[in-house]
Amino acid sequence: MTVSAHELLATPDRASRERRERVFTLWMLLALTIAIIALLALLFDVLKVGIPRLNAAFVTDFPSRVPERSGAYPAILGSLWVIGVCAAFAIPVGMGAAIYLEEYAKPSRLNRFIEINIANLAGIPSVIYGLLGLAVFVRFLGFGRTVLAGGLTLGLLVLPVITIAGREAIRAVPPSIKEAALAVGATEWQAISRQVLPAALPGFMTGVILAISRALGETAPLITMGALTFVTFVPNHVLDRFTVLPIQIYNWTSRPQEAFQETAAAGIVVLLIVLLTMNALAIWLRNRYQRRW
Amino acid sequence: MTPTRLRSSDRSTVTMPNPIPDTTDGLRITPRQREVIFQTRDLTVSYGERPAVRDVNLDIHAHEITALIGPSGCGKSTLIRTFNRMNDLIPTARVQGSVLYRGTDLYAHDVDPVEVRRRIGMVFQKPNPFPKSIRENIAFGLKVNGISDDIDDRVEAALKGAALWDEVKGDLEKSALAMSGGQQQRLCIARAIAVAPDVILMDEPCSALDPIATARIEDLMQQLKTRFTIVIVTHNMQQAARVSDRTAFLTAEVDEDGDARCGVLVEYTQTKTLFTTPADPRTEAYITGRFG
Repeated sequence: MTVSAHELLATPDRASRERRERVFTLWMLLALTIAIIALLALLFDVLKVGIPRLNAAFVTDFPSRVPERSGAYPAILGSLWVIGVCAAFAIPVGMGAAIYLEEYAKPSRLNRFIEINIANLAGIPSVIYGLLGLAVFVRFLGFGRTVLAGGLTLGLLVLPVITIAGREAIRAVPPSIKEAALAVGATEWQAISRQVLPAALPGFMTGVILAISRALGETAPLITMGALTFVTFVPNHVLDRFTVLPIQIYNWTSRPQEAFQETAAAGIVVLLIVLLTMNALAIWLRNRYQRRW
Repeated sequence: MTPTRLRSSDRSTVTMPNPIPDTTDGLRITPRQREVIFQTRDLTVSYGERPAVRDVNLDIHAHEITALIGPSGCGKSTLIRTFNRMNDLIPTARVQGSVLYRGTDLYAHDVDPVEVRRRIGMVFQKPNPFPKSIRENIAFGLKVNGISDDIDDRVEAALKGAALWDEVKGDLEKSALAMSGGQQQRLCIARAIAVAPDVILMDEPCSALDPIATARIEDLMQQLKTRFTIVIVTHNMQQAARVSDRTAFLTAEVDEDGDARCGVLVEYTQTKTLFTTPADPRTEAYITGRFG
C-alpha cells in the first residue's frame, strides 16, 4: 500500500500546536513589557520632578535648609573622592588576586577554599561590609569616619567582584598566547605581563567599571560606618569627613518639606547620569576591544 | 640582510653557510649531519601517575627534519614538548630518564627553562599570533631576550626567512589577527626564527591549514633546515613522507593490567626506509592504513 505525501505532511494537531506557540510568545512579550514599563515609569517620574529643579547651581551649591538653594556639590565631590580611594585600592589588589589565582595557584585544597569563598564574599549583604569598615578602618586602624575609611570599605565590597571579573578576563585569553610567549624565551612574568594581561585588560576594565558603578550607588555600608548626612564643606584630602550622593539623596527624601522631594529627584538624575555614563563606557569598551581568536 | 646579522655572541649555529644537499633519497652523511642535537634516554613522561609515553630512546640529528608520527594518544605531542620543556606548564607532568641537548641534560637542576626555550623554538598546532601588529609579534621575542638594536632589520630578516616578507612588507602595523591562517602560521615561524634558535619544534603546524597553505609551509621547512634542526609532529603520513629525513613511529599500547594507554616508540629510521620497508608489523599496519 502507498501513503501519499499529503497524508504524511498534513498533521491533524497543527492548529493546536500553533496556538500553543502563540500563547508562549505572548507570555514572553508580556514579561518583557512589565519589566520595561516599570523601568520607564520610574525614570519618567524621577525625570519629571527632577529635571525642572536641575541647573548649574545644583551641582555647585552646598546643601541648605532652604530646598531651593540646596545643592549636591559636596556630595558629588565626596562620591568622587570615595570612589577614587575605592578604585585605587580595589583595582590593583583585585587584579593581583586574579593573576595569582589564574596563573600561579596550584590546584590545592587551600586554593579551592579561597576560590569558593571569593564567590561567597561577592554575595554578602553590603551592610555587613559597613560593619567591617566601622570595626576595622574607623575604630581599629583609627582612620575615623573619613574618605579613606569609606573608600576602603567600598573597596572591600567590590574586591570579590573585581577579582572574579579579572579571573574571567584572564581565562578568556587563550593559553596558546602564553605558550607562544614562553616559546620565544619569555619568562613567566614577561609572558603574563606583556601578553596575557594586555589582552585581558578590556574585559577586566568592563568588570571594574561595573563594580565601581555599583560602589557609587551604595548607601548602606557608608551609613553604617558613619558617613555624614549633612555636609557644608568639601573634602580636601583622604582624612576629611564626607558624604556621598546616595546618602545626600536619602537625606533629602526624608525631609518633611515637599520642595526637598524635587531636590532629591534632581540628585537622582545626577546619579543616574553618572551611572549610565559609566555603564555606557563599559559597553563601549567591551565592543571596541572584543576579540575573535 | 644576511643571517649573519642575527648572530648573537654564543649562537653560532644560526649561520650555517651552504644549504646541504637533499638527503631524503639517500644516505649522504656529512659531518654536520652526524652531530646529534637531542638524545632521549629511557624517557618516560607521565601526567600524575599515568605515563603518556614510555622508554623512548631517540637521537635527533642536526639539519635534518625529524618527523614524529602515530595515532592519537601515542604521546607524540607529549614527546616533542619535552624538547623545550613546554610540559613544565602542566603541574602534574613528570619526566623520568633524560633528554640530552648537545650533551646537556635539559632537565638538570641548573638548566633554566627560559634559556632552553629561547634556543629551542616552537610552532604550535593552531596559529597563535599575539593580538598585536605583525611587527610587534616578532619584536616581542627580541625584546624579552634583551635585543633592542636593529629591530626593523631583524623583523625584516625573520619575515623573509619565513617567506612572508613580500606579502606584508607594506603594512607591518596591521593586526596579525587580520591575516589568513597560513600567513599567521608563517608569522609564528618568523617569530620563532627571529630569536635565532638552534632547533624549531613544530607540533602539527599544518593541521589547521588548507592544502595550499600547507604546501607553502612544507616548502619553507626545506629552506629552514639549512639553518635549523627541525622536529615535526604530524598526523599526516604523506606530510611526514614528503618533508622529513627521518621518521619516528609511535603507537599507543594498552597496559597489561588495564585500559590505560601509553605511547611507545616502535620504529625510528630514515623516512624512505620506514615508508618502503618498515621493520615492525605495527608500522606497516599503520602506514598502509589498517589502523590509526
